[in-house]
Amino acid sequence: MTGPIIKLDGVHKSYGEVDVLKGIDLDIAEGEFLTLLGPSGCGKTTLLRIIAGFEEVTDGVCLISGRDMAGVPANKRPTNMVFQSYAVFPHLTVAQNVAFGLRRSKLGKAEKAAKVEEALGMVGLGGYGARAAHALSGGQRQRVALARALILEPTVLLLDEPLSALDRKLREQMQSELRRLQRQVGITFILVTHDQEEALIMSDRIAVMFGGRIAQLAPPQELYRRPRTLDVARFIGVMNVLPGEVKEKGPAGIEVRVDGLGRARIEPEQAPSGARIGTGWAGIRPETMSVLFAGEQTDRSVAEGEVAEVTYYGDMTYYDVILDGTDRPLTISMKNLIGREVLERGARTRVSWDARSIVWFGEEAV
Amino acid sequence: MRGLKLYAIGYLIFLYAPIALLPLFAFNDGTVIAFPLQGFTWKWFAGLATTPALHDAVINSLLIAVTSAILATLLGICAARANARYRFPFKTGILGFIMVPLVLPEIIVGVSLLVVIANIFSMRLSLWTVVLGHTLICMPFAIAILNSAFDNLDASLEEAAVDLGETPWNTFRLVTLPLVMPGIVSSLLISFTISLDEFIIAFFLTGAEPTMPVYIWAQLRFPQSLPIIMALGTILVALSIVLLTVAEIFRRRGLARAGVRDTGGFL
Repeated sequence: MTGPIIKLDGVHKSYGEVDVLKGIDLDIAEGEFLTLLGPSGCGKTTLLRIIAGFEEVTDGVCLISGRDMAGVPANKRPTNMVFQSYAVFPHLTVAQNVAFGLRRSKLGKAEKAAKVEEALGMVGLGGYGARAAHALSGGQRQRVALARALILEPTVLLLDEPLSALDRKLREQMQSELRRLQRQVGITFILVTHDQEEALIMSDRIAVMFGGRIAQLAPPQELYRRPRTLDVARFIGVMNVLPGEVKEKGPAGIEVRVDGLGRARIEPEQAPSGARIGTGWAGIRPETMSVLFAGEQTDRSVAEGEVAEVTYYGDMTYYDVILDGTDRPLTISMKNLIGREVLERGARTRVSWDARSIVWFGEEAV
Repeated sequence: MRGLKLYAIGYLIFLYAPIALLPLFAFNDGTVIAFPLQGFTWKWFAGLATTPALHDAVINSLLIAVTSAILATLLGICAARANARYRFPFKTGILGFIMVPLVLPEIIVGVSLLVVIANIFSMRLSLWTVVLGHTLICMPFAIAILNSAFDNLDASLEEAAVDLGETPWNTFRLVTLPLVMPGIVSSLLISFTISLDEFIIAFFLTGAEPTMPVYIWAQLRFPQSLPIIMALGTILVALSIVLLTVAEIFRRRGLARAGVRDTGGFL
């Protein structure tokens, strides 16, 4: 195991009075697919541009392959970028675009042409070389931008919201294709996106950013199941949040009381940010709860409430249920299995859950 | 609707009928500019060829127009790029002031330039002083055209070139320049056209060597040379139309290349 391919240490960035990045520490391993995920304005694109060399850090260090990148301009860095607007040169052909970065290499003409064709084949554009770039569709431009960056065999490939301009079908197709491509070439990919689903699908690890800081860095499953903060929990998927209280803490687990759900015993890893005696917040995902239909029996914990809203999605139905003794609706998602009815708004129902799916947040503020 | 249509037709006649008269009298076989027409002749055009003073004036004008067009466009490229890529204090104000000569009375510009050049700097009036004045009045046009060319250029195209390993200069040469080239050609042509037929500033700033419009103005005192002026005017009108058309074609091609919608230019 060698050291990290990229090491960010205390990276700060400010524009005048505005602090965009407030201390980023991040190690990225060779061959990793890392995603910077966050809402717009969280600094994720700025961080990517710092790695690419388009922005200078105000404070802190950026190392690539152990080399300090301070003062190294973008054209001297072992990184290549796929831009949000693709930035495919409209006055050149597809082949000229892909060969652009090879201009300075010492390869012969035939070798270059072979490399270009190979790169185009890799992104599924074999035979498109002679086409004019400005005549391509959005998805094709995207592929040209990818081929153009990958042909240089960069240490790190940077992708700035590369799929946000594509329509849904094409985006899903490109997501799996990018993932396949990354495994195939084995290059480290850093993806910037605000789409949590995209991040979950594609990444080895996700760094969730809020307000210029990394709120949590974890693999997709851990991020989804054990979010450390309420912000992260709400940004990744849907998380029901209920006020509660830590009653007892001991080697046997943590005893919590949650509004509407009552008392439950949870494991220490269900409180990833720790648990102190006192009030806090409990989170529970919609799919870990169930609406119990008439006569249905369960050995899980059960509570009663009223259906406040029903949203039908075809394969799924989302219920907003207000549990007795609480005032905030809980979202519960149910698969629409054969023979399973869809409840009406206003119906009384029982719901069940498992204490293992509770996540505890020690935070004060909502 | 009907009234509006008549108005539009009347307007066009008022605008273009005098210009249409130019070729009419340029080919008219008579010294007096009046109807009825006397018959067809080429002799006024032939007369153009045998007037050395006119040749000098035309050559002066061409030299001035080419030089001013190049200077205005070069300076315009710098201004347009600064406008498109950098933020600096008082940016809107500075750009506004650059555009002011567009609406400033030329006679004011001409007189003040004369005062500055002749009295304050004690320079001798020459073709260069005219170039100076023409560059000044061509700049707003050049900047307006080049601004749209540079604004339409996606900043990430230049970043992509740098990212792929090119130096800033090569990026400019290989990516920026080809993409704004239609705007540059358009700016050159329009500046050239403006300078070529500009009279007031040239009148104030020219020394012993008149430009073509100044020469034409001087010739108006001699009625017998009027038909020759008509012939010259005909050639100029034709040339202007050709140049402006070419400029517009280049501007539109530039838009198509950058892949943006046409929001209307000067034409």
